[in-house]
Amino acid sequence: MKILVAAKRVTDPDATIRLKADLSGIELDGLEYKVNPFDENAIEAALQLQTSQGGEVIVVSIGPDEVQTTIRTGLAMGADRGILVTGSDEHLDGDLVARIFAALWRREDPDVFLLGKQCIDGDSNQVGQLLAEYLDLPQACFASEIEIIDGGTTARVSREVDGGIEVIDVTLPAVITADLRLNEPRYASLPGIMKAKRKTIDRVSIDELGVTPDQKVKTILYNKPGDRQAGIMVESVTELVDKLQNEARVL
Amino acid sequence: MSILVIAEQSGGVLRKSTLCAVSCARELATVLGVDWHLAVSGHNVSGVATELAGYGASTIRVADDASLSEYLAMPYAAAAATIAKEVGAKWVLCSSSTIGKDLMPRVAVRLDAGLASDVVSVAGADGGVQLVRPLWAGNVMATVDVLTEVKCLTVRTSDFDAAAATGGESALSASEGAVAAAQASGAKMRFVRLDATGGARPDLNEADRIISGGRGLKSEENFHILDELADSIGAAIGASRAAVDAGYAPNDYQIGQTGKSVAPDLYIAVAISGAIQHLAGMKNSKVIVAINKDPEAPIFQVADYGLVADAFQAVPELAEAFRQVRAG
Repeated sequence: MKILVAAKRVTDPDATIRLKADLSGIELDGLEYKVNPFDENAIEAALQLQTSQGGEVIVVSIGPDEVQTTIRTGLAMGADRGILVTGSDEHLDGDLVARIFAALWRREDPDVFLLGKQCIDGDSNQVGQLLAEYLDLPQACFASEIEIIDGGTTARVSREVDGGIEVIDVTLPAVITADLRLNEPRYASLPGIMKAKRKTIDRVSIDELGVTPDQKVKTILYNKPGDRQAGIMVESVTELVDKLQNEARVL
Repeated sequence: MSILVIAEQSGGVLRKSTLCAVSCARELATVLGVDWHLAVSGHNVSGVATELAGYGASTIRVADDASLSEYLAMPYAAAAATIAKEVGAKWVLCSSSTIGKDLMPRVAVRLDAGLASDVVSVAGADGGVQLVRPLWAGNVMATVDVLTEVKCLTVRTSDFDAAAATGGESALSASEGAVAAAQASGAKMRFVRLDATGGARPDLNEADRIISGGRGLKSEENFHILDELADSIGAAIGASRAAVDAGYAPNDYQIGQTGKSVAPDLYIAVAISGAIQHLAGMKNSKVIVAINKDPEAPIFQVADYGLVADAFQAVPELAEAFRQVRAG
């Protein structure tokens, strides 16, 4: 089974986000990049599928040279090789990323493309679904469990949906997006990190893939949300109920 | 030019999130001075279409077919995109429920449209529409421009009230084209089953009151102390990601950046510290109560009423007090 898996670099999920003075973007100075947490789940899922089904895991990402670090994280976890699509990652929208991934799909012809369900910076939750539609492939989004059945022709995927867990079967090849409960991503071992240094990362530009680098959605202004003011501290349950009943009037 | 709202239903029952998208469509229709329409897909959904006929849509297009009996992204996207073309929609909206998130990107590709996710406002500006959506767990509110001729949106339900019926009768019609498109999308996806969390409590997305528990409750068994409190005021139960990850609560209880966004009249956070990712999903609530034994917990910074207390003492006491209030 050949698996492509996406790894996007995102700002540290636990860091405080500050805006530039002219509101043109966020202040990147002093921020560290990490692999998008959902993509770590996707990489772990890819490696587990490889263990049960055999085959190859290829980590793909888009951006400048520094993004090799992001790909190496996946290689250190155990993936076989990487592909870096070179270019700036500042002017990407979900649609452009999906078209780039679709072009990679056509070059590599995998059985499964795994991605995180969303990135914790843009929070759009689109790329897997867009990719699947561009390729006219089935999708299984927000996966919390993946099982390969019917002699490797089908993935049975549990999906986290409003109201419970939905189970669907998708004929392979397919696109699967990972939710947080899919697995516990492994840490790279020291030997894994050493081995990753010798693994191949192929480079290809957006242009060489034949993808037009235009955006369909553009962010024009970044603002802080309206702050919610802290209220008051109450001393007891009795006082709380009194406030809810007579001040807030929500009972 | 017109606007299309993709209605959501399950098992022939309208999902209330649809009415939040209807609210957004009405605002947009006013700003742009255009009509808006509804698309209903499913099997045996004439009841849903009839129920929606009193909300002011010009027309309701219905795709009713066995190929649409359960929600699946491929046939539903084919049907929705076909109806969007039939009504000449330049704006296509769905709520950002898990169906909307799953479906709308595929609809957007079929319409060669850009998609803005989780839109929280659609104000008119400079002869156009200014769309705002959250980034970085709501720590940034971005004004975005969709550059394509057809524009797709998912609408965050916590920022648009459910629309009320306005009377009148929208014209209902069947879309054979949408049915044909759904059938032609093949059978590469198959519904197996839904393991519903369900129960007698209100749905989190629709609840006026929510009791939410965090990791401070320490076990799945302890988490159930919230049941009594929730039932004392007819509330839904939610959870922080930490509580869900620890296995104290089911996955679909999760409120926050990567779970649900809610905005009830009353949100009571019990033993939740208040990570920014959690606040992203609940800080639009009208009244927030925080109960936490750590006086430094960040949740107190967004709470209208804070109580420093041990949850295991305060929760049963509060449930009893609520019952007395309700008993009058």
